[in-house]
Amino acid sequence: MEKLIIEKSNGARAVVFNGAKDPASFLDKKYLRKREPRLPQLSELDIVRHFTNLSRLNFCLDTHFYPLGSCTMKYNPKAYDAMCSLESFTSLHPLTPVENAQGTLEIIYKFEELLKEITGLSAWTLQPAAGAHGEFTGALIAKAYHAKDKNRTEIIVPDTAHGTNPATAAMCGFKVVNIKSNARGRVDLEELKKVLSPKTAMVMLTLPNTAGLFEYDILEISKLVHASGALLYMDGANLNALIGLVKPAAMGVDIMHINLHKTFAAPHGGGGPGAGGVGVREELKDLLPLGRVLFDGKKYLLEIKNKKSIGQVKSFYGNIAIIIRAYAYLRQFDGKTLGEIAKNAVLNANYIRVKLKNYFPAFFDEVCMHECVFTTPKDLPNLKALYVAKRLLDLGFHAPTIYFPLIVPQALMVEPTETESKQTLDAFTRAMKQIFEEAKKDISILEHAPHKTEIGVIDEVLAAREPNLKW
Amino acid sequence: MFNGNSKETASEMLREIGLKSVEELFKDVPSTLRTAKFNLPKALDEQDLIKHIKSLASKNKTLLNFAGAGIYEHFIPAAVNALSSRGEFLTAYTPYQAQASQGTLQAIYEYQSSICALFDMEVSNASHYDGATALAEAVYAACQIKGLNEVLISVGLNPQYKQVLKTYFKGTREIKFTEVSLDNGTLDLEDLKTKLQTPRSAFVLATPNFFGCLEEVLEISAIVHNANALLISLVNPISLGILETPGSYDSDFAVAEGQCLGNTMSFGGPGLGIFTCKKQYVRYMPGRLCGITKDDKGNRCFVLTLQAREQHIRRERAASNICSNEALCALNALIYLSLLGPKGLKEVASLNLEKAHNLAKQICEIEGFSLTYQKPFFNEFVINCPIPAKQIVKKLAKKDILAGYDLGQVDTSLKNNLLICATETKTEQDLANFVSCLREI
Repeated sequence: MEKLIIEKSNGARAVVFNGAKDPASFLDKKYLRKREPRLPQLSELDIVRHFTNLSRLNFCLDTHFYPLGSCTMKYNPKAYDAMCSLESFTSLHPLTPVENAQGTLEIIYKFEELLKEITGLSAWTLQPAAGAHGEFTGALIAKAYHAKDKNRTEIIVPDTAHGTNPATAAMCGFKVVNIKSNARGRVDLEELKKVLSPKTAMVMLTLPNTAGLFEYDILEISKLVHASGALLYMDGANLNALIGLVKPAAMGVDIMHINLHKTFAAPHGGGGPGAGGVGVREELKDLLPLGRVLFDGKKYLLEIKNKKSIGQVKSFYGNIAIIIRAYAYLRQFDGKTLGEIAKNAVLNANYIRVKLKNYFPAFFDEVCMHECVFTTPKDLPNLKALYVAKRLLDLGFHAPTIYFPLIVPQALMVEPTETESKQTLDAFTRAMKQIFEEAKKDISILEHAPHKTEIGVIDEVLAAREPNLKW
Repeated sequence: MFNGNSKETASEMLREIGLKSVEELFKDVPSTLRTAKFNLPKALDEQDLIKHIKSLASKNKTLLNFAGAGIYEHFIPAAVNALSSRGEFLTAYTPYQAQASQGTLQAIYEYQSSICALFDMEVSNASHYDGATALAEAVYAACQIKGLNEVLISVGLNPQYKQVLKTYFKGTREIKFTEVSLDNGTLDLEDLKTKLQTPRSAFVLATPNFFGCLEEVLEISAIVHNANALLISLVNPISLGILETPGSYDSDFAVAEGQCLGNTMSFGGPGLGIFTCKKQYVRYMPGRLCGITKDDKGNRCFVLTLQAREQHIRRERAASNICSNEALCALNALIYLSLLGPKGLKEVASLNLEKAHNLAKQICEIEGFSLTYQKPFFNEFVINCPIPAKQIVKKLAKKDILAGYDLGQVDTSLKNNLLICATETKTEQDLANFVSCLREI
């Protein structure tokens, strides 16, 4: 338990700026604030201790295995931290003339070129600040593409989609049409045929889907989607399963987004900043957000005007610090080794799937891709996914994603990534086995988990009923 | 690279799960899709990669910077990065598992609290992508509250923000924007009153506005609220070290670009979207919120709360699709605000005010240069130049100075006008250097 920094405040000073004059000598008093803000006042040492102590209350990738499904918590290489912190990158004002920003522009341009090769799509933007922001960009592109056909008001989203997909479609003014998946967790072709119509603007698919499965009918799906005049969108949050093996364009994908903080090893930062590139096929190129980086054969330029573009989706050109990391990561692979990422990620997931077979069954009992969705055993009806997640914290592992996807009861979604070792995976499966045994003997130890973390079972109802959101 | 296992171990694992080849794991992928070739450059090892990235970095040239226009150069104390770059913060995931994330959660709570203190607002979320997207979400929330898709903005709103609003709402949620004109650099209050005779959900007030001028906030707030519209204020967080707060003039929402609080400029990204509102509107707020609660032993602890507004619960009925935010940038802002405290923040804001006023005074002493608007300003102001601003920017770049923002880009009638910014980072020598280069033009 750490006191709040405001509770430690003792009037001491940390950073000072010498020579400041009274603002009243420049501005009429009516413009000046009357009360000073209630911010902490303590020495630099006490501030350093405070935040160092806070950091120690966190699990993180550097200390723990994070089998979080759909989050791709792979190792964040240390070399990139220093690279994106180089002063020539960080001190660049976005209004710097392009002649003086050639290094940053070259990275954006070259990274987009690499993405074109990896995905087979014709053009990319790196402007979106996150995956969901990329989806938003993609849906706006679809809207612009169908501008002349006002009847295309629907976006079809399978029930295995990320929550952001339907939220994005709604945000862009589309009607969301949900479809049920088949018994094997894939898009049901008959269901799809039923809802595809001249009203369909786009179908948003997560590939592989959130059940961790490859849509084996993908070529048929894209044929049907295109025949109806709609676009096929790929949520590329799970690209780690396919990178270096399959080009999304070959599957018929028209628009896709990627998460640089997933597949491309940028850190999650406790929730961001991420970055979300969006790629499109040739016909949609001009619709990409304004401010693309161009190359005239000699130097890199910024696109200033494009009437067809959907416009800017945020200020300036993207989350540069994240883009630098992702570019650096991609430069560590060549055409042959790139596929090793996906192969090892998929192998690790299947290794866990088979090892857990007799304790926690995979809901879809077949080969999975980069992640596997488990459920609690039928003969232990009182065992909830939440208990498993919380007990894992006691045993030194971050919890998997739970209760997602919604089609799986008591879902435990495990994504190990390629950067974890067999030893770690074995330790994890041993912990899961221990939980299984505990559940058989005495479930109460699980119901009240975690026991060993700094804090125990949290009263979430109290937090929502009487929100205390600031000091 | 970065595989957890050797090739031998990987083969052993394959055998253990009863497979002969890794290809068997990809049997669902149609064979026509498995013929892809990837033509990538030679792989770089860490040593060569560092050389490569450094050579790219060397192609950038940092100029002596007098540009602002939304992104500001400020001094960042060393402790900010030293603390936020700890792996425990940097490599942690979104704090959904509260027991594994008390550090990040407490930091978010302290960030929300510090922002509320600085802005005098009742609620802050855990952050948004940047100032422009935070404004777009506030506009949407206001329209939801009022049930009306009519919003007033100022001609003096940052053109990038106008562009983002247009992208967010054109052809989608169909919000109609009407601009209120300016009179000598600040809002024309008569025009504001006239345009509020038609019902509007909200007015977006920017102060300082894009031209650096401070608006008459109390009068504006009264006019807006009398017309039963909501007031969304866009402010400069550093300026709040000395300037009157959005809470004090009864803003319903207040948003900002928080990059200036301890985050580098990095060519404009990542930014930090600050999003605050009155408590009564919390359920319309997008993004994450962290609250205090208790655990089963009665200990105080922190947890993400009011999640029923969010996309992972509410899907197509969510307040927004936002998932990732800018948590690490918010942490930087919190550490920055903690290091400076109220007194340091007042000092840094006062220095901005002073340097900008000194610079403006010195520039106005040059023949042919004058302040375009006779209005109070903070750290940014507009200078009317004897030649097009575009040419000045070009000429000074050759002398390694970024002179400012050419306003001709926004409005051709302003082509001789340059938006100039001076922060605490500029020394007397820097100012003198800039002024003498302008004199030579």
